[in-house]
Amino acid sequence: MDGGTELSLTISHIVQRLKGSHLHSQIERQAKDCLHQPEIRLESLKDDVRSFLKTSGWERQLQNAVYRELHVQLPPSHPMAPSEHLKEPLAYMRKAQASWEKRVLKSLNSMSTELEVPLARMRSAAEQKELANKWNEMGTDDPDLSRFRPVYAPKDFLEVLISLRNPNHDSSDDVSARSHWGLIQVPVNVRDIPQLRQAYSELNLITGQLGIDDYAHIHPDLFESEHVQIGKKVLVEQDSAAAQQYSRQGCPTGLRADLWALILNSTNQPPDVMHYEQLTAGVIQHALLVDHLIYKDVKLTASNDDYYFVFEDFLYQVLLCFSRDTAVLDHFKYNSATPPKSYIHGKVGDEECAVVYPPNGVIPFHGFSMYVAPLCFLYNEPSKLYSVFREMYTRYFFRLHSISSSPSGIVSLCLQFERLLQTHLPQLFYHLRQIGAQPLRIAFKWMVRGFSGYLSTDQLLLLWDRILGYDSLEVVAVLAAAVFAFRAENLMEVTSLASAEAVLADLSTLKVMPLIQIFLFATSI
Amino acid sequence: MSGSSDEIKPVSCTIKPPVYLHIGDTKTDPAHSGVCVVDVTLPFGKPVNVEEITFKNYYTAYLTVRLLRRGPGQEAPAKWFTALRDLPLMDNPHTERGSQDYYSVHRTQMQVDPDQVLSVRLILRQPSSAWLAFSLEEIRIFPHTEPDPEKEVSDWLSDLTLGDQHPDLEQGLPDPHTVSSSLQQMWALTEVMQSNQTTASIGRFDVDGCYDIDLLSLT
Repeated sequence: MDGGTELSLTISHIVQRLKGSHLHSQIERQAKDCLHQPEIRLESLKDDVRSFLKTSGWERQLQNAVYRELHVQLPPSHPMAPSEHLKEPLAYMRKAQASWEKRVLKSLNSMSTELEVPLARMRSAAEQKELANKWNEMGTDDPDLSRFRPVYAPKDFLEVLISLRNPNHDSSDDVSARSHWGLIQVPVNVRDIPQLRQAYSELNLITGQLGIDDYAHIHPDLFESEHVQIGKKVLVEQDSAAAQQYSRQGCPTGLRADLWALILNSTNQPPDVMHYEQLTAGVIQHALLVDHLIYKDVKLTASNDDYYFVFEDFLYQVLLCFSRDTAVLDHFKYNSATPPKSYIHGKVGDEECAVVYPPNGVIPFHGFSMYVAPLCFLYNEPSKLYSVFREMYTRYFFRLHSISSSPSGIVSLCLQFERLLQTHLPQLFYHLRQIGAQPLRIAFKWMVRGFSGYLSTDQLLLLWDRILGYDSLEVVAVLAAAVFAFRAENLMEVTSLASAEAVLADLSTLKVMPLIQIFLFATSI
Repeated sequence: MSGSSDEIKPVSCTIKPPVYLHIGDTKTDPAHSGVCVVDVTLPFGKPVNVEEITFKNYYTAYLTVRLLRRGPGQEAPAKWFTALRDLPLMDNPHTERGSQDYYSVHRTQMQVDPDQVLSVRLILRQPSSAWLAFSLEEIRIFPHTEPDPEKEVSDWLSDLTLGDQHPDLEQGLPDPHTVSSSLQQMWALTEVMQSNQTTASIGRFDVDGCYDIDLLSLT
């Protein structure tokens, strides 16, 4: 396919997606209204309306919307490629994902049968009223959740990734130049340090960074003041692409909420608020088994965390609404996962009565609420918080718990972590392997959560700035390797997995940007 | 783009089983040389003008295409030509990227005009010892046809391609004015493709208010 046709196809796809959207009708209305204005002349109608839309900022909003669509669009593909190939090109990974999903569904089904809790039921009128009254303080509830277990935990998923094999890969046990000491045995493409240095050039030693050059002892005029000024300008211009580029050097605390919303093109207009309210109504009307899993997860993780327990109520609201949101189903076009399906009672096989369960197709696992928790520091309005979280999940977080060959997928992140460690800290890797402490077994839980709950919040937000800025989760793998590099001396002295875990148990004092910078740019290669 | 392949059927051809080249005596030293040859013969006596060859990759790193073309005169012997040399299908032969992707080789990419072709020889190379097997699947050869004089809406795509035949090679993008002036045609196309349908979701997850479901389907 030559470039011309590809571009035309992309344009027509985006046009189709934006057609009928709220922005489309707003721009149409603006174009009609502006006809009354004196500077719009009949002879040059098209150009005048165009320049009006430009000066009033509507063109910029359209640009941002297009930019957002480009982010979530499937990469250009061959016309013969079936849709399953677009979700995940490698057949053995599709198979592994399908069998993993089957396990999860079986587990959910048996939970429903054993505990005699239906997957979904309509709430009684009294129950609905009670829930509506208690909506803002669901945390005060103390339901009996002891019978419920999470459907799976990250370590179960890790075992599946470790057992992933390409049937066409020659993985004989002979020691060779290709010997890989780690647990991931599939040869997906990952970048090495020279390539990372090129891709993450804004993180180098001579470029200013928030998280490094904004410390108290460094005069703000050297970097911080100017960076904040630029950030304010970006917000005034309302340019998504510029905000994304800006975020690579970190977002100032006061501007971060607006910048992230701009990068994600996450608006909080009346239709969005209405959509959120519709979701709330969905929660009140139907009770799902998945709700208990969400309650349990929040109680086990966020509520126990010193930083996040205050946001318990928000977390319930956002996660319960999230599971009712059918708009999330869109992202399965480019996610290797498939939403679980079921039928209305007694109508098995009747496609008219086929539904997705839960409505958003995402079954939460142990720790899922940690994807939302850090965002509570930025947004205090539930519909805005929800909008940003949903966009972050459908762009990034879904890749952390599905099996795919994507460079931001968890398989690639795990392999990249192991490769970086083996290449640059071979003694440490070898030592840990010998004592039965495979590094991935310790680092996996950090990566699956994007380090949420392990780093202190300000450091976590600096890390997530870069995820947004570079539109990739690779920095998570780099940070994991950098943490091992930082604690290498202590780790060389431990003699068991338990003591290795202990050395790496507390990451709350770590400063992420210096670690990443030193690992990428000061490691000798 | 083979938008035309929706209407054009592939030529029926015989794809011979792949022949893997070996180094040394196959009985005592079956070392894989990483080279494999797949011959695709077209129907006898009916040489084809090739438009496009499409296939699905299976761990082949580089592809060379040779064509056997009929001689100019009645008596002239057929000759082999190299149409494409070492087209990379996997950007790194040791890793997965591109290993199972779908590809097309269009006549414009070939070094000789693929006209009057009697046979196609595909030479596959996979230098990495990481893989047990490599080949190509779903090989299809599409014949070149002259465009219809009567244009239909479905031909707008080929119109667009013809309009951009002189690409700006430095930028790799077509002239934006050409594209934007074709926007009219694109609006027409989206109207035809999806009349009245928007992608805005309606948001209902139940069926007529009911969401009492059976257990989850495992198939």
